[in-house]
Amino acid sequence: MISAIGWIIIWIGVLFDVLGAIGLVRFPDVYNRLQASTKCVTLGTFGIMVGIFMIHGFSAMGIKALICGAFLLLTNPVAAHALMKGSLHFGVKMWKGTIVDNYGKDKLGSEQIERGGG
Amino acid sequence: MRYIIYFITGFILLLLLTWSTNIDHLIAGAAVVLVGTVLFGGYFTDRPLKFLQLHRIVVFAIYVPIFVWYMVKANIDVAYRALHPERPIKPGIVKIRTTLKTDIARVFLANSITLTPGTMTCDIDGDILYIHWIWVQSEDLEEASRIIASRFEVFLRRIFE
Repeated sequence: MISAIGWIIIWIGVLFDVLGAIGLVRFPDVYNRLQASTKCVTLGTFGIMVGIFMIHGFSAMGIKALICGAFLLLTNPVAAHALMKGSLHFGVKMWKGTIVDNYGKDKLGSEQIERGGG
Repeated sequence: MRYIIYFITGFILLLLLTWSTNIDHLIAGAAVVLVGTVLFGGYFTDRPLKFLQLHRIVVFAIYVPIFVWYMVKANIDVAYRALHPERPIKPGIVKIRTTLKTDIARVFLANSITLTPGTMTCDIDGDILYIHWIWVQSEDLEEASRIIASRFEVFLRRIFE
């Protein structure tokens, strides 16, 4: 029974991972793609870890999966934040549909929004 | 004091990871954790013992399920935007102001914001956070702070401050 629930959670996690990948392809610029990949991949992979924990219970593998999940929750947002700040400072432009950029206004001199063209 | 707490926490984590009480593992593990403590203990929080107070743990236990619920909502939201044929996004970077004072509370606030619907932290500068928002509802500082941050600040203030 518990094992069946574990498998269901694993497949939900895989589903969210796939949705994250679709978002990665469909969104227009680095920042929106980071949104999709960070959120969906964090929850998806966390779901896989929790599913493994439910299948294996309190054994070496189950506990390891749970600790990996906790570290994932702590570190994945930090990594995404680093990527985002790095892209901003490197001068990657935001999509032309972006409506406001307070960070560029305050820190980089001007709004980092792509104008005209494709 | 905080070095000792750091060592104990690290050692418990190592025991959980290896899941064995073999004496070789214990000695090698203690050596590794000791090196880690000497290198990184200085970055640890100033008063670690206050996180063992019961009311903080209770609020944390309430916070976790609420946070997971917001995370699931965030994922459904992003999935909807990714799958919708017209791709309904209206992104932008807005400023918000947090009322939290300590660094660790602000870090958790930033992480929580990153993992919840449509918002993502770009940078922290004092009490100002820059948020990339996939569907900008308000460019006003106070209004945006209320929408994005207030629901977490209530909990985080009780846990970390």
